[in-house]
Amino acid sequence: MKELTLATLIAVGEEIFGRGLFWALVAAAVLVTALYLFVLIRDRAMSMRKFLVAQLSMPVGAVLAVWLVLAVTSSGLGDMGGPIDIIVLLAVATMGAIGMAILVYTVQSLVRGNRN
Amino acid sequence: MKGSSLFTTRRGFLGLAAIGAAAAAATGGGAAQAARLATKARIVIIGAGAAGTAIANRLVERLDGATITIVDPRAEHLYQPGLSLVAAGLKPASYTVSKTTDWLPRGVTLLPEAAAAIDPVAKTVATTGGSKLDYDFLVVAPGLVLDHDAIPGFSLDMVGQNGIGALYAGPDHAARTWQAARKFTEEGGVAVMTRPATEMKCAGAPLKHAFLVEDIASRTIGAGKFEMHYTAPQGALFGVPIVAEKVRMLMGQRGIRTHLQHRLVSIEPGQKRATFEKTEIDPATKAEIKSLVEMPYDYLHVIPPQRAPEVIRQSGLSWADKWTDQGWVECDQKTMRHLRYPEIFALGDVAGVPKGKTAASVKWQVPVVEDHLVAALQGKEGTEVYDGYTSCPLITRVGRAMLIEFDYNNNLVPSFPGVIAPLEELWISWLMKEVALKATYNAMLRGKA
Repeated sequence: MKELTLATLIAVGEEIFGRGLFWALVAAAVLVTALYLFVLIRDRAMSMRKFLVAQLSMPVGAVLAVWLVLAVTSSGLGDMGGPIDIIVLLAVATMGAIGMAILVYTVQSLVRGNRN
Repeated sequence: MKGSSLFTTRRGFLGLAAIGAAAAAATGGGAAQAARLATKARIVIIGAGAAGTAIANRLVERLDGATITIVDPRAEHLYQPGLSLVAAGLKPASYTVSKTTDWLPRGVTLLPEAAAAIDPVAKTVATTGGSKLDYDFLVVAPGLVLDHDAIPGFSLDMVGQNGIGALYAGPDHAARTWQAARKFTEEGGVAVMTRPATEMKCAGAPLKHAFLVEDIASRTIGAGKFEMHYTAPQGALFGVPIVAEKVRMLMGQRGIRTHLQHRLVSIEPGQKRATFEKTEIDPATKAEIKSLVEMPYDYLHVIPPQRAPEVIRQSGLSWADKWTDQGWVECDQKTMRHLRYPEIFALGDVAGVPKGKTAASVKWQVPVVEDHLVAALQGKEGTEVYDGYTSCPLITRVGRAMLIEFDYNNNLVPSFPGVIAPLEELWISWLMKEVALKATYNAMLRGKA
């Protein structure tokens, strides 16, 4: 890539997930991030209780993210062939875990309000 | 190339494909675009495939006032790297099809006719519609012709029925190839894979098809219900020796029997029998001994001989002493410039250079031709050099591939040495082929990669 543009990155994303799913995921990520910032600013504190529940949800997010990537790429766990594959898979799992934690924390804050 | 170009080009290209956004971002930026050159030059491009479209987009960016005409009758643009996936049921035929006009920039005139004659002395191109185009520079990129008639007994309307596949013939034929291949993967029997004796586009595709069909059959009916035979007229399974050895080992592990020095000469579709010409060397006299070998099949994959289009061969642009039955354009392998007519460049499949009939080759050839053509307009010599770089994400299973990159000298030139091993079957290499390659291909068409 002599010139890496946002447009080509978006094109890669659309190719991986399909146009509809890609933009739905982007919209969901933007929305959840905005809401997370909203509750943080509103509450002016992290709730450790909500954070604990959020942490407990992280493995679920990790598994879901791996499952999604494997499903959209016609592949399975048996296709892991070398260290780089495991590293990429762990990166996907990590992103899924963090995303899920943010989502769960935000949902709790929105539903239960500014209480511990 | 400039000092940092290796990083900003090849690694950047595959860095994006690796979905390593961080890695790719590190390659961002790129050289600032040179100021546009004012010129009245008339440039004709024959062919609006991967090469013709990419060079058109790049020249429009570089030149101001040039008359650029691209000659191609095909309304459809084909993403040919996707045909292997279509022929394995992994993508629909529509995955590979777009419109030629989707990719062409403003400032380029598309003449939807075929080139009928090229006069390299008078510097004119005549088209089938009766137009005559004068040129100052000509880029020849019409692709190649699949010579299906060269195999008696075979015709394209057979594809998809009675166990016959031919994925090279286009999106619909690739989809029909999967119909025939799927039947084999469900019912078993004997599969016979072929490749031609001529130069061919994407020499990895026959291997990919064999590996994919074997993998899918293993998952559906299971081992023991089918036999796979891979035939090739050549003496090795791949043109690069170290890769050929790896492929030999893989085929051994997978139980795919190999038949080298076997050239498909005819088929009898009624009897489901293919006839091969086998070449052996007499150990005593060293003379070639040819004999005919018949092989029965339940699934046969046909890849016909491939040649330069007739208009190229008739125009005197071909090599006189190399590939005489195929007619590839005589050009310098480092600059792609015609050796007798310096105002003519060849790009893509039609170019008479070793290896290099892939979209990845095109990606590396196009900037070289751009450089030399623009330099020539300024009365200078270009400096960019094409080293024969080709990349082949060699799919070995649904979910795994080997990212093989090599050059004219059969050297492996991995983009990520120590990270993505070229001769290992990896999931990340599959990801590149399956999901990221088309996006990077499209960027190349637009002249952005």
